[in-house]
Amino acid sequence: MKALAYMTGSEARDSRQFLTFRLGGEEYGVGILTVREIRGWSPVTAIPHAPAWLLGVINLRGVLVPIIDLRVKFKLERADFNEFTVVIILNVGERVVGIVVDAVSDVITLASADIKSAPHLGNQADTSHILGFGTLDQRMRILMDVERLLASADLRAADTANN
Amino acid sequence: MTLDLAQFHDTFFAESFEALDSMENALLKLSAGDADLELVNTIFRVAHSIKGGAATFGFTDVAAFTHTLETLLDQLRAGKRRVDAKLVDTLLRSCDLMREMLGATQHKQPMDKARVSALHAEIELIMAMPGDSPAIAVPAPPATAAVAPAAAPAQLPPGETRSGWRIHFVPGPKLLRHGNDPLRLLRELATLAPCEVRVDAKWIPPLTELDPEECRLSWHIEVNGPVRESAIKAVFDWVEGECDLKLEAFGPAPDATVMVPALSMPEAQQLAVTPPVVEEPPTLAPVAPTIDESLAPRNNAASTQAAAAAASATSLPSAAAGDGGSIRVSIEKIDELLNSVGELVITQSVLSQLAATLEGHDAEELRNALGQLERHMRNLQESVMRVRMLPISFVFNRFPRLVRDLGQRLGKKIELRLSGDTTELDKTVLEKIGDPLVHLVRNAIDHGIETPEVRLAAGKPAHGVIELSAYHKGGNVIVEVRDDGGGLKRDRILAKARERGLAGADEELSEDRVFNLIFAPGFSTADVVSDVSGRGVGMDVVKRNINELGGHVQIHSTTGKGSMVRIRLPLTLAILDGQLARVGSEVYVVPIVSIVETIQVREEQVSSVASRAQVFRLRDDYLPIVRLYDLFGIEPQHTDLLDGLLMIVEADGKRVGLFVDELMSQQQVVIKSLETNFRPVVGLAGATMLGDGRVALILDVPGVISRFQSQETRRASAQEAA
Repeated sequence: MKALAYMTGSEARDSRQFLTFRLGGEEYGVGILTVREIRGWSPVTAIPHAPAWLLGVINLRGVLVPIIDLRVKFKLERADFNEFTVVIILNVGERVVGIVVDAVSDVITLASADIKSAPHLGNQADTSHILGFGTLDQRMRILMDVERLLASADLRAADTANN
Repeated sequence: MTLDLAQFHDTFFAESFEALDSMENALLKLSAGDADLELVNTIFRVAHSIKGGAATFGFTDVAAFTHTLETLLDQLRAGKRRVDAKLVDTLLRSCDLMREMLGATQHKQPMDKARVSALHAEIELIMAMPGDSPAIAVPAPPATAAVAPAAAPAQLPPGETRSGWRIHFVPGPKLLRHGNDPLRLLRELATLAPCEVRVDAKWIPPLTELDPEECRLSWHIEVNGPVRESAIKAVFDWVEGECDLKLEAFGPAPDATVMVPALSMPEAQQLAVTPPVVEEPPTLAPVAPTIDESLAPRNNAASTQAAAAAASATSLPSAAAGDGGSIRVSIEKIDELLNSVGELVITQSVLSQLAATLEGHDAEELRNALGQLERHMRNLQESVMRVRMLPISFVFNRFPRLVRDLGQRLGKKIELRLSGDTTELDKTVLEKIGDPLVHLVRNAIDHGIETPEVRLAAGKPAHGVIELSAYHKGGNVIVEVRDDGGGLKRDRILAKARERGLAGADEELSEDRVFNLIFAPGFSTADVVSDVSGRGVGMDVVKRNINELGGHVQIHSTTGKGSMVRIRLPLTLAILDGQLARVGSEVYVVPIVSIVETIQVREEQVSSVASRAQVFRLRDDYLPIVRLYDLFGIEPQHTDLLDGLLMIVEADGKRVGLFVDELMSQQQVVIKSLETNFRPVVGLAGATMLGDGRVALILDVPGVISRFQSQETRRASAQEAA
């Protein structure tokens, strides 16, 4: 009895849950604990002189939430936003941000043994925001480190347009 | 059970600082000759609860000092000592010192021990003096201390001494949960006299039923020494009502059930000079249990003390503030509430818009119901807004002290009049208005009010008057600082301004313009730079701070009669009166406070300078034209100036024409920060939610102007380069 409880405990410790979503033919995952909610696309208010990946801000129950276009971030082709477009609202540290994705797929549980760290791709691609690759049922997902991703997105950067 | 007391430190400090403020207030009222017993009680309560808290948390320095202070205050309370100016002064300084000590303890910094002990000694010296005739020269405290114990027993009839107390202490089961530690009580008791303690464990349940958080022990304690009953009771002050306490005196005493011991005068004084820290010194002479005429008031005092202790144990802030029924709520919680209400308002207006398009009998009823909802929503929003409001007395309260101290130092007699101190302002505004007001009041004292001689010579009363008042006017709060001093010296200001090139040599300036010169950075006409003012820093900061709050400053002054500074402030920073303007498909909110006027441009008013830059002639001024679509890179409806509208906006004395497509409604908007989840953007003060749930950006006019200027500079240099 005791041994079993210990086993499940250790198993739970060694695995993580991810919310997976599709973006430009690839499947990505973010840690489930960072996800605050999933909502449909609604028009944003653009911020002047903001970087291209920042689509604008929306009103989420009285809080201004910046919406980031991951396609721009990942240098993918731009897509039209339609009723199937989904915004995932994430908690990143103290902040709340939204990312626009093509569609949300699933919630998967990956054991840490199934998560392989990202290979170094040199100049070909920036992998700093990739936590690793997770394989489940023969399908590979790119697992994102949201904190890192948005750190590189540099939300806090000074407003350089004025200088 | 060990309890991590550190988690209560912040509350203790916050409450203590608040309590000290109320102590200071009471002291200032006392110094005004108001010898109200309630005031003395307030002061005593503060010292008592700070002492209690400090002792519990182990801040021994603070506890020791407060203890001595408390002893002195106790004498005041018992009517043994008259309140005079010197005493109030010492108490005020003690108040400052306690604040410093608490601050140092809070930030874990060392405290200047010499100053503490100096004031400590001073208080002891005061106490060593006979209460009713403080003028009589008194020997140094040690001498008194040596004399008093010897003298005291002589005053007491022999045979009435007690050699000790038997105490049966049965704590209630919840004592531990309330943060009280019986061990601490026992240790404190042991400081009074040697104690013999027996623990009674017979109520401890079997292990299976034992709740470790419940106190099931009780104690039999024998205090072997002549200790006053009140001293013992004071030890158990904090657990009163949570325990069963039986006190029984033993020894050669005729009466074993003394209620409250009568204390004779010499004893009180002797008490005062004995070392602090301990609740009541063990060297104390035995107490006479005879009930004489001094018992009645003493009984009274004891019950007040008990009440005070009970009050301070449960709710120090309410006891200190003197107004019951308030709770501490964090600002975030209120803002959350405000957000939710804001959302409700938006949802409600979406519903109203939907209902407006419906038809039929039911639709009419729906519209009626929604109309009611709207009224309720507005009430709700206002109530929530009011939660953030605090009376301006929070700021005004610091002035009696400031005026008193500064007046004394400068040898000026000043009476401070406060009015409208219940006027409410948003907390954020309140926090930022404090420093500018202090500056204005200091200026009024230093430069405004003259010395008594000068005033008498001018036929004015020797006492100068500074008046601080606050009132509501048209959605704003007006704060006025008025003095009846010499007024601003117009000629001197003008001369100084010319000397510094702020005004042309033969330029004639209006009264207003001249007075406004004193807000220029580094401007001072003071002949002597004092440590109070005259360095010329300040008035510009005052003006800047007030402008940052969205307020305005005005000065009126009459030579010989005095000056008046009038500050106009918005009620709150969370809400802004905005003009909605459309550019292309975007809607922007322009703060109404920055708008001068809005006009439709005629062709002859516009002229081009160089190749690009356009200026616009408004009466005698030429204003640059800021095309908002160009500045913000959006698609406009109109690019021709004649098709749109030009909004003349002003900030920091600069005016520009803001070109927009059309004006929409004016409305109050709730300001949301962009910084919370994104970052500050130059030219934007934040954003707000419109009635349809959309987000509209709020323009920050100074930012827009500076953004425009740097863009023009860049373009100009790019053209030169090309």
